[in-house]
Amino acid sequence: MNLILNFLATIGRGVLGACRIIGAVVLFALEGVSHILRPPFYPRLVGRAFVEIAYFSLPVVALTAVFTGMVLALQSHSGFSRFGAESAIANVVVLSITRELGPVLAGLMVAGRIGAAFAAEIGTMRVTDQIDALTTLSTNPMKYLVAPRLLAGTVAMPLLVVIADILGVMGGWLVGTAQLGFTSASYLTSTLNFLQPMDVISGLVKAAVFGFVITLMGCYSGYTSRGGAQGVGAATTTAVVSSSILILALDYVLTAMFFGL
Amino acid sequence: MSSTPKIRLRGLSKRFGAKTVLDGVDLDVAAGHGLVILGGSGSGKSVTIKCILGLIQPDAGSIEIDGRDILAMPRREREALNDRIGMLFQNGALFDSLPVWENVCFKLLAQKRITRARARDKAAEVLAQVGLAASVGDLSPSELSGGMQKRVGLARAIAAEPEIIFFDEPTTGLDPIMGAVIDGLIVDCVKRLGATAVSITHDMASARRIGDSAAMIHKGRIVWTGPASTLGHSGNAMVDQFANGSREGPITMELRR
Ligand SMILES: Nc1ncnc2c1ncn2[C@@H]1O[C@H](COP(=O)(O)OP(=O)(O)OP(=O)(O)O)[C@@H](O)[C@H]1O
Ligand SMILES: [Mg+2]
Repeated sequence: MNLILNFLATIGRGVLGACRIIGAVVLFALEGVSHILRPPFYPRLVGRAFVEIAYFSLPVVALTAVFTGMVLALQSHSGFSRFGAESAIANVVVLSITRELGPVLAGLMVAGRIGAAFAAEIGTMRVTDQIDALTTLSTNPMKYLVAPRLLAGTVAMPLLVVIADILGVMGGWLVGTAQLGFTSASYLTSTLNFLQPMDVISGLVKAAVFGFVITLMGCYSGYTSRGGAQGVGAATTTAVVSSSILILALDYVLTAMFFGL
Repeated sequence: MSSTPKIRLRGLSKRFGAKTVLDGVDLDVAAGHGLVILGGSGSGKSVTIKCILGLIQPDAGSIEIDGRDILAMPRREREALNDRIGMLFQNGALFDSLPVWENVCFKLLAQKRITRARARDKAAEVLAQVGLAASVGDLSPSELSGGMQKRVGLARAIAAEPEIIFFDEPTTGLDPIMGAVIDGLIVDCVKRLGATAVSITHDMASARRIGDSAAMIHKGRIVWTGPASTLGHSGNAMVDQFANGSREGPITMELRR
């Protein structure tokens, strides 16, 4: 009997703990967003975060996109050639990239880079009293540290994904023309023929959401970190793991919203 | 000296988990007065100051500044109050993403009391007051020695000419001469600005120089207040033991042998 009660209590505690964290993250996000909308604004900090997210993630996102496009073309060729549907290769590549793989893979890459970097930077500021110092220096730390990063992340990710989309298609085109016997023109026309604006737009909306989630989790885990270097290390891990999982989960939700039913 | 104290603490209490750090701190600081807070390591000196700054929410008690309870204040007023307070953190807490000059003028820039173009000159001016060359302004905090960081932290705390200044161990980690210089600077600043200064220090010579009065905190309470000049021969056994650094006395360190 006691065993069962203990077991239930453990589960209950876990659920309550999870609820508390979710609530805290949501409140944190709302406060962050409210600071994006109210002055004073920090355009320099938005710019700096934007450069860090968009510009410095560009190489890794670009490589991911090109290789993903190439692999997609190869795989769909080896699959479709069995029933003579090679002509669909270009469509498969462009749809998978724009709808799914562009935003998700770019999101995961950026989560690794930016989520970790923001959590480490803000976490270090927390444990060295720099966040407290901001308050004593007439500056709201949420407004100064969190809001610019949230804004930059939400704007930068769609731009990164536009580039990822283009490079992914290029990767497919490379393999298609060099290896699979497409002419350049036929590959590109079949790429564009079936592409709907919604395919691209849904991917960009996903990208914006992922950008927000990555920066949110990075900022939140850094901001709430405790206990020296070890705490900062834990915050970094939390940021990357939680934003990666959220990206995959939200990807499902958003796909269901755009294309479900 | 006006009759309402600049800062007035009543029954300030704070626990972290099971550990009671502050257990009913009562303290008055008169306007334009210099108070030093003494106490063993971990006795809650920094926590007391952080409560007054609004960085830590106390569990119980009241904190009044100019006779107004700051714990009951709306956030906007509270922020406005922080504009008039300066703080030197124990570990400096300099922003390592910004050059020294921007650190020093951070508050002035945040309050738009100065343009970025003018901030460098202003920073050089304040740095000179703490004995640092203007060229230090272009360095990053991580390129400074510990003592230099302390002085930059001090420069940052006084740059906006606050009414109330908190110094958390301003001279720890400085050589004795620089320590005395900084003490002089604090006294100077306080006189020039007419500011109220609350300092935490472990250095008795420094305490006598910068304090008009002193308060000793032990086991979460203020156990003694008196003139700083009497430290060491105050008549309170605890204070004298602390001031003279003797092992024998009413304060026993909880050491395991
Ligand atoms: N944020 C916190 N969370 C948990 N415990 C804390 C926190 N801040 C301080 N403490 C605890 O409160 C106690 C008092 O800390 P405080 O920093 O005020 O000491 P202090 O008097 O300034 O000591 P020192 O002279 O060494 O600086 C310590 O035991 C510390 O462990
Ligand atoms: Mg301390």
